[in-house]
Amino acid sequence: MARPVDGPYIDSAGRGDWPKPLKAETCELSFYYGTRLVLKRVSVPIAECNITALIGPSGCGKSTFLRCFNRMHDLYPGTRYEGAIVLYPDSRNILDREVDPIEVRMRLAMVFQKPNPFPKSVYENVAYGLRVRGVKDRRAIDEKVEQALRSAALWEEVKDRLSALGTSLSGGQQQRLCIARALATDPELLLLDEPTSALDPIATASIEELLQDLKRRVTILIVTHNMQQAARISDWTAFMYLGELVEFGPTKRLFTTPAKKQTEDYITGRFG
Amino acid sequence: MIKRRKFSEALFKALGLSALVLAVGTLVLLFGALLIDGVGRLDWQFLTSFPSRHASQAGILPAVVGSTLVMLVTAFVGIPIGVAAAIYLEEYARRTWLTELIEVTVTNLAGVPSIIFGLLALGLFVYMLGLGSSILTAGLTLALLILPVVIVTTREAIRAIPVQIREAAFALGATRWQTVADHVLPYSASGILTGIILALSRAIGETAPIVTVGALTFIAFLPPSPITDQPPYLSFEWLMSPFTVMPIQMFGWVSRPGEDFAANAAAAGLLLVGMTLAMNGLAIYVRYRMRKRVSW
Ligand SMILES: Nc1ncnc2c1ncn2[C@@H]1O[C@H](COP(=O)(O)OP(=O)(O)OP(=O)(O)O)[C@@H](O)[C@H]1O
Ligand SMILES: [Mg+2]
Repeated sequence: MARPVDGPYIDSAGRGDWPKPLKAETCELSFYYGTRLVLKRVSVPIAECNITALIGPSGCGKSTFLRCFNRMHDLYPGTRYEGAIVLYPDSRNILDREVDPIEVRMRLAMVFQKPNPFPKSVYENVAYGLRVRGVKDRRAIDEKVEQALRSAALWEEVKDRLSALGTSLSGGQQQRLCIARALATDPELLLLDEPTSALDPIATASIEELLQDLKRRVTILIVTHNMQQAARISDWTAFMYLGELVEFGPTKRLFTTPAKKQTEDYITGRFG
Repeated sequence: MIKRRKFSEALFKALGLSALVLAVGTLVLLFGALLIDGVGRLDWQFLTSFPSRHASQAGILPAVVGSTLVMLVTAFVGIPIGVAAAIYLEEYARRTWLTELIEVTVTNLAGVPSIIFGLLALGLFVYMLGLGSSILTAGLTLALLILPVVIVTTREAIRAIPVQIREAAFALGATRWQTVADHVLPYSASGILTGIILALSRAIGETAPIVTVGALTFIAFLPPSPITDQPPYLSFEWLMSPFTVMPIQMFGWVSRPGEDFAANAAAAGLLLVGMTLAMNGLAIYVRYRMRKRVSW
């Protein structure tokens, strides 16, 4: 599992752009739905306590890539991973057959494109991750729930109706509830799949602000369709096209002086 | 041209309306006749008496008790097995030719005439297992009968839960069982319950398979009480008791000559229809109540 010495991620600026320290890293990650190859030897570093954005045209494999991290594909038959995803600091390949996917999911958290709160109370939504982990102490759960809701900038809005159904909140509130649910278990890495695509600009802005705040504590990997969003919030950007990584680099540089023609065409809106 | 189309439209309207009137009218007439014949007979004496040679002294008590106990066995056996099988098929089983085969079989079993189940039960429970013509046998027979219905409706209810909800649970680190117990079952409970109630309301009116396994038509005693005054205070002797059920009792009266017994039959029929309607009403209520709470 040696780090590829020369990969497509090396940009004009060379190795100087390689982030440090790393929270995770994919090494020549390939993925198949049945016989269909959807990710082709993708190698991307995920910098600790940074926001890494994944951009690319629809169908290029962004969601597929993200879902490899918490082994979501294991739920469906006929899927296959190749290569490695290494989680630091323990340098463990989480795609290893010996690694239990549940163990992996305990360390990461995911927020989906469409808000998907459970039809349970706001409180139970946030507490569920803790319950799964066997936390029984009522006070500890109370504390965590409040803390997570505060982190997700939702506490003020729901503190008086923690027993209301999570599904009864507005769309933006639901998505922040999902973020709170993900944060309650102190994940090492937060995966977000187009978390704002179903939201209006105001809700989007509040979530972007939230992510800026969160990155001091959590490493964030976010898929987004919206290039302005990637440019606004991320520290690193990976551009994917047809299942391949075209370019990886610091966001500012990638958006101002892309090294690849394809990247330039995409970010200037000439295709995709 | 337009006139012609208008005419055919009117014709179709008239045809449809008369079909509806015919169907509903027949039902109303039938039910009305039952009501007129039976309602006078439907009193406390009738509910608490044993069958008798004298129509005016006869009652339906053993049949009501028999139906209740048989349903108890049916529910106790049929529901857990049916729901568990549905959960297994939906959540655990991998799609192979074997599970496909099981699926097709289960769906088809729901359409098999009930007397076939009676024959099967006669061979299996009465002769092979030696359970006799008992409440247990009847309960197990009806459990078999409702099993496919319970499985199919449970699977449908489970399948209605969006995959995003399941993925949310899995992403939080839940195991398959935790996902089923904490999410899948609670959210599909209304659908499952509706299916169960409808299946039971069908089973309570079943006659053919119960006759086949040897229910009596004239019975002058009750099964032994399930609660006793000596430890362990519970007795399962009733399971092996001979019995009758309401539709059979009703049939017994119908086949007798004389106006008086016809009134008894009508009263028993009213009770049966009433119970079925009540169960259907309960199913609708349950669905309505729980639907309002669970949404996504
Ligand atoms: N369950 C599946 N089975 C087979 N192919 C799939 C499956 N899910 C996705 N694909 C295919 O894999 C490719 C990548 O899909 P993916 O959902 O990862 O794209 P994406 O980049 O997230 O697109 P979008 O921006 O539209 O969400 C697509 O061509 C898609 O058709
Ligand atoms: Mg996607």
